[in-house]
Amino acid sequence: MSASGTRPARTAAVFLLPFFLVFGVFTVYPLILSAILAVQQTHGPEYATFVGIDNFAALARDADFHKAVRNTIVYTLGSVFIQLPLALGLAMLLNRPGLTGRGVYRLIFFSPQLMGLVFVAMLAALVFESRTGMLNIALDRTIGRVIDPGTLLFWIPALENIDWPAFPWLQTFIMPMLIIASLWMYVGYNMVYFLAALQNIDRSLIEASAVDGAGPLTRFWHVTLPAIRPVGSFVVLLSVIGSLQLFELPYIILEQSGGPQNRGLTIVMYLYQSGFESGDLGYASAIGWVLALMLIVLALGQIWIMRREDR
Amino acid sequence: MHDASTRRMLGIASHAALVPLATVTMLPLLWLVLASFKTAEDFAGSVFLPTDPDSGAIDLTRFTIANYARLFTEVGLGRAMINSVFLASTTAILATLCSAAGGYALARFKFKGRGTATLLVLAAIIIPPPLLLAPSYQLLFHLGLLDTFTGLIVPATAPAFGIFLFRQATRQSVPESLIEAARIDGASEGRIFLSLVLPLVRPMIGAFMLLTFLAVWNNFITPQVVMQTPERYPLSVTVAQMRGLHRQDYGLLMAGTLVSVLPVAGLFLMLQREFIQGLTSGAVKG
Repeated sequence: MSASGTRPARTAAVFLLPFFLVFGVFTVYPLILSAILAVQQTHGPEYATFVGIDNFAALARDADFHKAVRNTIVYTLGSVFIQLPLALGLAMLLNRPGLTGRGVYRLIFFSPQLMGLVFVAMLAALVFESRTGMLNIALDRTIGRVIDPGTLLFWIPALENIDWPAFPWLQTFIMPMLIIASLWMYVGYNMVYFLAALQNIDRSLIEASAVDGAGPLTRFWHVTLPAIRPVGSFVVLLSVIGSLQLFELPYIILEQSGGPQNRGLTIVMYLYQSGFESGDLGYASAIGWVLALMLIVLALGQIWIMRREDR
Repeated sequence: MHDASTRRMLGIASHAALVPLATVTMLPLLWLVLASFKTAEDFAGSVFLPTDPDSGAIDLTRFTIANYARLFTEVGLGRAMINSVFLASTTAILATLCSAAGGYALARFKFKGRGTATLLVLAAIIIPPPLLLAPSYQLLFHLGLLDTFTGLIVPATAPAFGIFLFRQATRQSVPESLIEAARIDGASEGRIFLSLVLPLVRPMIGAFMLLTFLAVWNNFITPQVVMQTPERYPLSVTVAQMRGLHRQDYGLLMAGTLVSVLPVAGLFLMLQREFIQGLTSGAVKG
């Protein structure tokens, strides 16, 4: 009888060993190491000096870092307040009973997600490029030819004498362009979550409220929204977490820089520049900890709000 | 509730909103595909179909596959593709195996420290990967694993999210009684795992392997930091570097992008159902 007690325990150890061995060496240990690095200044991976909290003090005064934080927050707000409502609206359009071609629409809207961030960045960089980009050539061929720039003067003075093919979208509107590119990539992705949630709603619930005389808006507010709230808050959390770690899109579009006056610099880009271009792994780790702290506060904040609403 | 004609009207209204949105979504992709078959001159001279510079008429004979040929002769994209396939499939298989075994153990075995182990894994899910970038680089440097495939693959084989997913999957679809019955029948623990547990969590295996494959294929920052020899770069890094090396070669850049995306898109189209299932499994139940 004693064997049956120890055999499973030994088996559990064998099953857990590969995962926890790697997990310990490549997740737990680097986590500890990052705390040690955060109080050091390094030159490459080998030479380090202890600097205490100087890294964090420097971050508090670092104008580039502040710019990176501001840009990242702008992008995150764009994701949550522009992208997610659009995704929900699209999901509701697709959820209409008896809609023909739902599968095709879903696939089309989801397709940009298949490309992956790096490749979306490659495409967006050329789409927005001045002179040769799809956007500018298309604008030139349509607005530029149909409307004489002189007549535009009446309604949008700023558009006077714009040379469409040369308009530098990426240099002028960096953050809006990044938000548009990520809209293209992620609206369909988030729509899939919302659609799955909407299809789980009991239709009789909506029909019953319609019988009770509730209008479409009331129904949306009192039946649909509460029903998809668990999925909704999951999607919000995922978007916030993903947006705060924005890197590939600006890094590739702006050709490994923060763009003019660092107007496209993000937190992770600055972390990368500090650690792997300047070679200060300590400063990079300090930035990493600020990022982690932001994420933890936001995640806990959201859980707290959810709990409060549940009561 | 609605009569037939209202229903029809609503249907038409939905399509009236959906068709333009779908078109806007598809246009950049169409542009990408067409641009990859154009010369640099036609790239700037036309939005979609190439036109004859003199007459302005559409001229389909101007399309060329020269960009694709150059990808494999000049850029060395073939090598990068092999690297990506190798990295993504090896990582996907190892990460799935480690996670499935670990998840099964966490779900169905009682042992000292199980609560701590589970909590540790759950807590690790919220670690943002960029936080570990600098320390992992230092660690790989000291282990002599910088610029090696091992240095990219091994750290990715123990994803906290993976063991968590398989713990849930095991709890849902592997009944305790079934394992007990197999033990009484004298089946070895390894046999129970391989021929009882794994088949029962098969949907999660498919979904998780796909997700991991895609994540590795599209990962950029880790190989960018770890790899130093261009011959070892995966597609993501090689293609991103093309932007600096072939600045004005727009057709070539778009061809490289398309070639990198196609294998993954094909994989997705073949396994669409499993993919969506994997994507939403965490959300809908939660």
